[in-house]
Amino acid sequence: MSNNIVSRLKRKKIQEVISTGKRMDGRELFDFREMTLRTNFLEKSEGSAEIRLGKTHVIVGVKAGLGTPFDDTPNKGVLMCNAEFTPVAHPTWEPGPPPYGAIELSRVVDRGLRSAEILDLEELCLVSGKKVYIVFFDLYVLNWDGNLIDACGAAALAALRNAEIPGYKVTKGEVKATGKTKKLKLRAEPIPITCYKIDDHLFLDATADEEEVADGRLTVTLDAKNNVTTMQKAGATGFTVDEIKKCINIATEKAAEIRSLTVASK
Amino acid sequence: MSKTKRKRKSSKKFERIDGRKVDEMRPVTIETGVIPNADGSAYIEMGRNKIIAGVYGPREMHPKRLSKPNRGVLRVRYHMAPFSVDPRRSPAPSRRDKEIGQVMVDAIEPALFLERYPRSVIDVYVEIIQADGGTRCAAVNAAAVALVDAGIPMKDLVAACAAGKMNGKVLLDLGDHEDKEGEADVPIAYMPKLDEITLLQMDGIMTADETVEAIEMAVKGCKDIYEIQREALKKKYGMTEEAEASEEKPAEAPADEVKEPKAADEAEEKSEEASE
Repeated sequence: MSNNIVSRLKRKKIQEVISTGKRMDGRELFDFREMTLRTNFLEKSEGSAEIRLGKTHVIVGVKAGLGTPFDDTPNKGVLMCNAEFTPVAHPTWEPGPPPYGAIELSRVVDRGLRSAEILDLEELCLVSGKKVYIVFFDLYVLNWDGNLIDACGAAALAALRNAEIPGYKVTKGEVKATGKTKKLKLRAEPIPITCYKIDDHLFLDATADEEEVADGRLTVTLDAKNNVTTMQKAGATGFTVDEIKKCINIATEKAAEIRSLTVASK
Repeated sequence: MSKTKRKRKSSKKFERIDGRKVDEMRPVTIETGVIPNADGSAYIEMGRNKIIAGVYGPREMHPKRLSKPNRGVLRVRYHMAPFSVDPRRSPAPSRRDKEIGQVMVDAIEPALFLERYPRSVIDVYVEIIQADGGTRCAAVNAAAVALVDAGIPMKDLVAACAAGKMNGKVLLDLGDHEDKEGEADVPIAYMPKLDEITLLQMDGIMTADETVEAIEMAVKGCKDIYEIQREALKKKYGMTEEAEASEEKPAEAPADEVKEPKAADEAEEKSEEASE
């Protein structure tokens, strides 16, 4: 996800330790780092969440407003995701156009929520072809220490769950603000879980260094009914069908755990 | 009677829009050497997908700072022609194009010996002339053949194919309509000899069991594509099926030549000779 440099010595150590079923920081292979989530701490955004997963720190802000729908979906509201890699987050991150990591992050998180049909987009339409809600959620990475997809996925769900969008009334094609707010109705609770792979060993919640050393990763997003809603493989390595099955099983179990933490967050 | 009628009706419901069977792929044709200026190239038609892939390299990396001192870099540019879809699409690269380019790199790189080309780049340019669902898979197929055509040693060919779900049924190789209206799409790239999946994405809703079913179905599809890729290469390198079957004696020399790009060890030797 960036040009983070890991020394050969450390690289070897990480590989060795993983192959014995342990981690550099003492965790088990499928343990997450400590996760804390808080929501709605920003007054000016419609919804917000802050997640800390170990040293990884991300803020998700939801902004909702009115706009015109896309030509091919005139009766649907718009949900849009964007990821920002701020230069404060890591010494190797620089200002400039979004790097590939940011593009992939926003697209995978977005697909996970969209495929799960988290929002009824038709409900977000006020006047077909003219006025619809546009809901943005921005993933703002403030400190990078790996596993961004999982952290952002959980935080995005938490932020959308707590979002309150301004209410509007339509009378004879005229759209007027009611001055009240209403909760965004969510229809699903998708959570992405990323399995990292070094040789034949799978593990979860990689740190930045582990991510650099890993051969590849497979993200599986699951909703509360354990349906798979998105998968994304990355890294110059292959997975066998058995490994993929294993990843799906691991992710199913872990997603339930992370989901209950996310849903419980205030 | 009424029972059978009802049955027929329900089975009709599952009929695919183009009349294909559940596990039937769209017709695929591959042609190599279509761009004379490129080191290697391939043209693929997969259903109504029409895609050209060209390979340049290994060559010097520009800009230089992107090169790596200890290994080569594979770059894939996936690009859709403005007239490839309806309505017209801006020719500027989108976030989707960038993602597909990188996903293709991850799909193909495991087949290459990049450690052999320090400070160099292998550029793969993919132009989608017409899109009809499953372009990234068709693009991977074309790119793999183009790389072989460029004489780049490979551990294995990379074949790609998608499976998905529509109207509750798991289907092979979704077309444009099925891709948009269906419940899920699972594109896969697979290296048959190494038995590894190197591209895996999924978009939609499926149970875990259906997902595995789709992956297994797509792997089968990849194996069929692999044969078509081999045929295309045999055709270009003068090894027709008749020559293969009829005479062994004079066919010996060209037979080796054709096999080389696929057999890793032999290919390695060849490239070593060439570089010396």
